Amino acid sequence: MKKNGVKMIKINSKNVDVYYGKKQALFNINLDIEENQVTALIGPSGCGKSTFLRCLNRMNDVIDICRVKGQIIINDFDINDKSCDVVRLREKIGMVFQKPNPFPKTIYENISYGPTIHGMAQSKNEMDEIVETSLKKAALWEEVKDRLHEPGTGLSGGQQQRLCIARAISVKPEVILMDEPCSALDPIATAQIEELIDELKKDHTIIIVTHSMAQAARVSQNTGFFHLGELIEHGSTDKIFKNPENKKTQDYITGRFG
Amino acid sequence: MNKNKEQLLNKRYKAEKRFRLYGQGAIFMAFLFLIIFIFKIFSTGYSAFQKTWLIVPVTFDAELMMLEQNPSKQDLKDADYYDIALKSMADLDPNANEDQENELKRMVSYFFEREIKRELLNDPSLIGKTKDVYLTASDDLDQVFKGNYPRDLPEDQRRVTDYQLKIFDQLVELGKVESKFNLSFFTYPDSREAELAGIASSFMGSIFSILVCLMIAFPVAVLAAIYLEEFAPKNRFTDFIEVNINNLAAVPSIVFGLLGLGILLAVFQLPRSTPLVGGITLSLMTLPTIIIACRASLKAVPPSIREAALAMGASKMQTTMHHTVPLSMPGTLSGTIIGLAQALGETAPLILIGMVAFVNTIPGSPLDPAASLPVQIYIWAESAERGFVEKVSACIMVLLGFLIIMNLFAQIIRHKFEKKWS
Repeated sequence: MKKNGVKMIKINSKNVDVYYGKKQALFNINLDIEENQVTALIGPSGCGKSTFLRCLNRMNDVIDICRVKGQIIINDFDINDKSCDVVRLREKIGMVFQKPNPFPKTIYENISYGPTIHGMAQSKNEMDEIVETSLKKAALWEEVKDRLHEPGTGLSGGQQQRLCIARAISVKPEVILMDEPCSALDPIATAQIEELIDELKKDHTIIIVTHSMAQAARVSQNTGFFHLGELIEHGSTDKIFKNPENKKTQDYITGRFG
Repeated sequence: MNKNKEQLLNKRYKAEKRFRLYGQGAIFMAFLFLIIFIFKIFSTGYSAFQKTWLIVPVTFDAELMMLEQNPSKQDLKDADYYDIALKSMADLDPNANEDQENELKRMVSYFFEREIKRELLNDPSLIGKTKDVYLTASDDLDQVFKGNYPRDLPEDQRRVTDYQLKIFDQLVELGKVESKFNLSFFTYPDSREAELAGIASSFMGSIFSILVCLMIAFPVAVLAAIYLEEFAPKNRFTDFIEVNINNLAAVPSIVFGLLGLGILLAVFQLPRSTPLVGGITLSLMTLPTIIIACRASLKAVPPSIREAALAMGASKMQTTMHHTVPLSMPGTLSGTIIGLAQALGETAPLILIGMVAFVNTIPGSPLDPAASLPVQIYIWAESAERGFVEKVSACIMVLLGFLIIMNLFAQIIRHKFEKKWS
């Protein structure tokens, strides 16, 4: 989104290096993410795009041997700084995973978990409202409104993934990270999710990792191409797909390798 | 070439057939052993649930009982019942000489006096009257009546004299011998007399030990498992701890008994023979079992659930307590029950800490001396009296019943509450 013709940068990463033990997985990544746009990260398997995505909400902290260097600045604040509180950070930056992973609880509890731990609802009514709006935003409300108290694991794969998206937006995050959200879904469910992504970018900044070039072209405004841990090229999706500067990018999007 | 292939195929089919046969044979053998074992225990043990009573007319002679006119309740309690008890036994044979009277007395348990007293306390109006009273038969006559006693042995090799047998047969003929459900097997503590021995003290001892064991082992083990699995850094030191927990699970139980003896009794001076010490000793044994079960079920919770919670902004602690631990509970609980069932059947460590002592009181708390069911089996199996043979099997039946119920419970918890990960 442009304000007065200036691009609004939501996330600004500077010289990000990531190591798994002694092995370096990401080399000097400098990537700016635009606010209220969809940014797609593409590249062959093992190129580091998921690793980079997980840097943005510090999910790499979970992995013992993983070390992150460099700066990632969100709202003028370096999230790799010691003073950064991961709990607050992850409240602001939601995540949707590759495989739908609803909690083995009811649909209602799945959505209400985030608002509960962050103290976002004062009453049962407020919570009901959050659950309803979240599910509506995730285009799942009509399908589940009569069975909110049935287990979320009983839904179909596509519904489960939309439930996970609803869960992620229940805490009103500024950014939503999506790690190949459609790779476990069929084309119809994929189309629904893509439509949803387009809808969600009004309120959220979205970063999506995908293996499908077609999907990147369909949903994103900006694209970054990763290869062997390096960010080879990034820019508007139009430019990357139609007029890439780098030969590797061209080879990859035309299907010559990867 | 083609023929060769066919031969090969036939060979493979035959090999599979043979393998199936071996498998079925193995299962058949296992079942056979189990059935023989259970049949043996039931066939020797079932008679212990019946008890033989002699119905003897007792005259409540106030004079013999040294009772005044209009005795108070306390007077009745303090009265002397021994003489009327002796007299009623002696009266079974009016022509008995002194030796024979002694033999008559030994036809019933030494509780006969108490049984007569109870009768009168229940109904004080019996004074001066005669009433048929049920008296526990001696264990040897009990066995005679159940057909477990070889009557054809020469008299000097028997504990029942010919005279006793003669009187007993007369009573049987008169219908004065009755077999009833042996309630005292469950309500009486242990006794040197087989007819009066019950499992109340050892049963309560087992319950108290298991409770103490549960209260110590469960929280410690679960906390240790959660910490090791979810919070501890993975380094050499935690690896070392892990190896040692696995080793601890393989330590022979008698070693834990020595530990209990050497530390709990010798150093901390805790009371001997008590379920408290027994429970603590057993908890050392159960600890690794529960830790291993709990860690395994924590491991079985998919990492995607942890990631989902963490990504929602839950802290490590919230992720663990809200998601991982509740999801691991069915596995942990069934592991705990199986660990407790193991502890329940444990004998060796309890013998070392003195729970093998003869206890003829029913413990009211973990601080009272007690035996435990497996130790009771051991004590009775060592006893010479014929009456204890059936008690051993009966006690095994109770213990097995207890264990089966616990294991069933573990299975139910596992099947009912375990989440399926699609």
